[in-house]
Amino acid sequence: MNFEIILAAGVASGTILLFAAIGEIFTERAGIINLGVEGMMFVGALAGFKVGIETGNPWLGLALAMAAGALLALLHAIVCIHFQADQIVSGLALTFVGTGVALVMGEGLATARTGALLPTLTIPVLSGIPFLGGVFFTDQSVLVYVGYLLVPAAYLWIDHTRPGLHLRAVGEQPSAADALGIDVYRTRYVYTLFGGALAGLAGATISMAVTPGWFSNQETSGLGWIAIGLVIFAQWSPGRALIGAYLIAVIRRMTLDLQGPSDFFGFANPFFTYQPSTFFLNMLPYAMVILVLVIGSREARRRRVGAPASLGVPYVRGERGH
Amino acid sequence: MTVTGRRPIIPWSLRTEQRLETPRWLPIVTTLGAVLVALLISGILIAIIGGDPIEVGAHIVRSSLGNVGVLSDTLVKATPLIFTGLACALAFRMRLWNIGAEGQLYFGAWGASAVVLVPLVPPGSSPFLVVPLMIVAGVVSGALWGGIAGWLKARFNVNEIITTLMLNYIAILWVRYWVFGPWSEGGFQLSRQFPREAWLPRLTDFAKAIPDLGGLTTHLGFVFGLVCAFLVWFLLKHTRKGYEIRLIGDNPRAARYAGIDIGRNIILVMLMSGGLAGLAGMSEVSGSVHRLQDGISPGYGFTGVIIAYLARFNPFGVVLAAILFGALILAGREIQPAGIPAMIQGIVLFCVIGSDILLRQRIRLVRR
Repeated sequence: MNFEIILAAGVASGTILLFAAIGEIFTERAGIINLGVEGMMFVGALAGFKVGIETGNPWLGLALAMAAGALLALLHAIVCIHFQADQIVSGLALTFVGTGVALVMGEGLATARTGALLPTLTIPVLSGIPFLGGVFFTDQSVLVYVGYLLVPAAYLWIDHTRPGLHLRAVGEQPSAADALGIDVYRTRYVYTLFGGALAGLAGATISMAVTPGWFSNQETSGLGWIAIGLVIFAQWSPGRALIGAYLIAVIRRMTLDLQGPSDFFGFANPFFTYQPSTFFLNMLPYAMVILVLVIGSREARRRRVGAPASLGVPYVRGERGH
Repeated sequence: MTVTGRRPIIPWSLRTEQRLETPRWLPIVTTLGAVLVALLISGILIAIIGGDPIEVGAHIVRSSLGNVGVLSDTLVKATPLIFTGLACALAFRMRLWNIGAEGQLYFGAWGASAVVLVPLVPPGSSPFLVVPLMIVAGVVSGALWGGIAGWLKARFNVNEIITTLMLNYIAILWVRYWVFGPWSEGGFQLSRQFPREAWLPRLTDFAKAIPDLGGLTTHLGFVFGLVCAFLVWFLLKHTRKGYEIRLIGDNPRAARYAGIDIGRNIILVMLMSGGLAGLAGMSEVSGSVHRLQDGISPGYGFTGVIIAYLARFNPFGVVLAAILFGALILAGREIQPAGIPAMIQGIVLFCVIGSDILLRQRIRLVRR
């Protein structure tokens, strides 16, 4: 096993989780919980791949993937913000709608493709750094680099700008934000749509860069749900989301590599000799998410950090309470 | 152009005001209205992608309710949905988001199958021994799988939505291991067929006495479903535990002040919810499929979420909604493309929760 290759692949597929998790962080920071990430990723993956191969312009595909994710999120925003519906159930409905629409639209679409639709880049100087250069800066998709830039940008935006302050105010105490003249409804709409666009981008990262092609209902394999788990682990901060995303992705990748060799240091590899046992390997990433959540909640309790105070609570102007 | 006052084009406008009380009949009316709107939207979408919505609708009715034979098939499809719908309704009533009925169903199916495939009873035992054992094994397996998420929530305050979802994937892989590996029949991804003593009786088994029942595959699991619906209703409405569950769901803070142990109730409800979903798995392998195989459920656990909501957590409403969705799933098998049933389910759910605002607010037409 070559650790440099495993880690590089982990960083590439970790970018999927990173986009989806950061998008959800923005949405939840505004006080809206959107569990429809899996559905938005699904339509994003389909829109990106389909438009990308049919027009030959991957950038147009990328833009439409984000638009498709945002469009689905708009449904969630209307139902949750204006109709004050239950956000948990609305998110589940979104998953159904997104999955269904993507399967309908993707009917009969070509499956696997050999090359990625998006270009890869090697950064001249940085790729020369021993080991790290090979992992982070050699032959990675452009989207991976977008991911690197997104994390500090998201952190600065949320914690160090005026709109970021407004965002946090709306998520923590919307009535106070309203009194200060911040448009609570508009802020929530904007960040819900933005979260949807990033989820769409995450989907496009799957279908256009990491595993190019359309694999029908195998497309997202629960990554959207893992991303939501990561947001809780990350305690709603982009930097921690990055660590979690890469960690889970590397584990996912390792489960593939562990099936390859016929023996480890002279011991027979059970995952090679008895094929059904590889299903236990496939369980690992999901078990990891649970473990990471347990660790995360213990730490959150100790440090007394929690979800945005008004997460999941609809804001009604003039109503007592929030 | 002369201006004749500022008379608006439409002399009425819509005003909303808060409702102080919700009439009992209103949720039923809004839910039915929401389902109708959802079917309309679905029809329009089907027309947009080039289908004939009337034909699709007629097909669904014909192939699910058209005659006694297909009606019986609809009830077969509705049976696991009753259990998963009840599982979700019970947990949701406490505002405990068990999205893991799918995984609990798989574990229940696995536990029930283990009785026959390990085997825990000698082949040729009496069905009166085998079937109850399978029920116990299915309920216990599903309950334990749900209980894990409940324990994590009660002990570490871990979000149950994520854990139950992750446990779904693990349960599906667990069943896959057994049907690809130890229990595989001739290398295929399914177990051998269960012996007859492990089958739940079906209507067609009585065809010798009553010939009209020939070919009807509705099995005893449906009756179990009705019994469970009654039990869940009784639990919620007429027992102390049910009162605690409802109080925690409506007002957790008040429940805590009243001295109710919330952590214990979380674990207990997850055990019961998981057990109900496990029973869905047991009834599928024993009543319908008669073997364990990969993909034993095409998402019954997730449809249970929608059914619970559609029924507004009322156990008898769950039975009705399960039959409706059973019809949709049965007819949906032949509808192409395959995503249409999922899409319709999502739209139904959206419309139902969107209509909830009508329960809280009154919309009036007022003269400007």
